[in-house]
Amino acid sequence: MAYLYSDPFETLFQFQNALDQLRSSNWLQASPSGGGSYPPMNVFRKGEDIVLVIEVPGVRKSDLRIDAKGNTIRIAGTKTVEQADKASVHRVERRGGQFDRAITLPIEIDADRIKAECRDGILALHLPRAERDKPRAISVA
Amino acid sequence: MADSKPLEVQEKKELVGKGEKTVPARYFMPNTDIRETENALLVVMEVPGVDRKDIDIKVEEDTLSIEARVDYSKYEGMEPLYTEYNVGHFARRFALSHMIDQQQIGATLNDGVLTLTLRKVQQAQPRRIDIS
Repeated sequence: MAYLYSDPFETLFQFQNALDQLRSSNWLQASPSGGGSYPPMNVFRKGEDIVLVIEVPGVRKSDLRIDAKGNTIRIAGTKTVEQADKASVHRVERRGGQFDRAITLPIEIDADRIKAECRDGILALHLPRAERDKPRAISVA
Repeated sequence: MADSKPLEVQEKKELVGKGEKTVPARYFMPNTDIRETENALLVVMEVPGVDRKDIDIKVEEDTLSIEARVDYSKYEGMEPLYTEYNVGHFARRFALSHMIDQQQIGATLNDGVLTLTLRKVQQAQPRRIDIS
């Protein structure tokens, strides 16, 4: 399944439907070392590697902590929501607080080559699949 | 709100009554805080994944409308394996309860959070606002 669409009007819709269909996937396991399910993440396969795309609007880079050990990735941090002083509040929908989440991937990753980018409230983690975990083609004699 | 409380996931709300949209894609309602000070209205909304050039902010007839579009071409060649949230453009409108000086609207975007500062004064002409 490669998502290369020709019709620009349908592209996003098809992508959204594909995302919806994998809501019940059990591909990813929660790890006992973390707690809670914030921040929400989507997991993609790109070539042989895995990409985690995580929504963290309002979380500064300096307030994020990412650890990797074996196949487990831990994402912790603090989201700060500015409080109003001397202001009347009309609407409050944003929530701040601390988070700590760990997930375990069903494949082996090369922890030394993990790359993390955080831009416009999206944290992307590029997890290269470990060389020894890659499938090998077997030629039939 | 105590900042030490563990955060919970806020499910994205889909935009309803999006009368003017002609594309089949789903739009979402950005989580928004609105505060009012003596001389300004502060509108703070979460639009993760949106670049500043893809945000349109308009004030017309005391209605503030914001549309923020995500660049989904970044997902090209990526096969979803497991998902917890959907990706889509954001749109939201607010009826402003106070007259806003439309010449003095400030907008900043930081870490996926758009902050609009709407100064209260007299009425003015409709205009488009660029993000600084």
